[in-house]
Amino acid sequence: MNRTQREAAVRQLMERGTPQVPADLYADSVRRGSRMLRRRTAARRLMWLLLLAASVAFVVWALTARPWVEPPSTTTPPMTGW
Amino acid sequence: MRQRQASQSARRAREFEAFVAGAAGRLLHAATLLTAEPPDDNPRARRLLTLALAHTYACWDRLRGEDPYDRARQYLALRFAHGAWRRHGILLGGRTHPSGPLSHLAPQERLVLVLRLYEGVAEEQAAALLGLPTERVRTICDRATATLLHPPRGPAPAVVGAKVAAS
Repeated sequence: MNRTQREAAVRQLMERGTPQVPADLYADSVRRGSRMLRRRTAARRLMWLLLLAASVAFVVWALTARPWVEPPSTTTPPMTGW
Repeated sequence: MRQRQASQSARRAREFEAFVAGAAGRLLHAATLLTAEPPDDNPRARRLLTLALAHTYACWDRLRGEDPYDRARQYLALRFAHGAWRRHGILLGGRTHPSGPLSHLAPQERLVLVLRLYEGVAEEQAAALLGLPTERVRTICDRATATLLHPPRGPAPAVVGAKVAAS
């Protein structure tokens, strides 16, 4: 028995006994699938919202703290009348 | 915007229904072969198939010309490969007599056999899907074929079922 014959025999063995497709399979998978889609959308929305909140918070902090301005010196007294 | 979304979801539902009507029978048969359940009592296969179809439905709009059947089959195979080792411990104790043509084979052998011979997936693709070398897939396929055509006498050895495809 060569390889092709063996494979054909196995195929024939596997083709036997087709199971009945349950009637609610379509509805069930659509229900689960749309739940997955809804969750994905919600997760994406939440992510964008977090990103937006974080960037707003950063802008507000930067405008109030002004980290790019050189802080006034605290060690040397200001030189006046020289 | 809302109208476009509604029409898109209606189109998706229509196309998906046609897809399920055409593909469910064959996919369910493949899943039943994988789980080695009898054709008239296959809760695990149905569960696998429902999950695979739900996954296909969820990524239907992003298929972009890819074959949905291929996608569902891939998900089915991977889900089975990942789920098999988890259930293995439970099944050893509580398993009722498995039936179906592939019941004497290990889960990995069933998976390779179904992918290669029942579904006709090319050796390289099956190997890539399961994360195995091509030669290994060929070896497993040959061994499973031999086991199936010349079943060992007596109860199957305990080693059968110990190894499971990792990907």
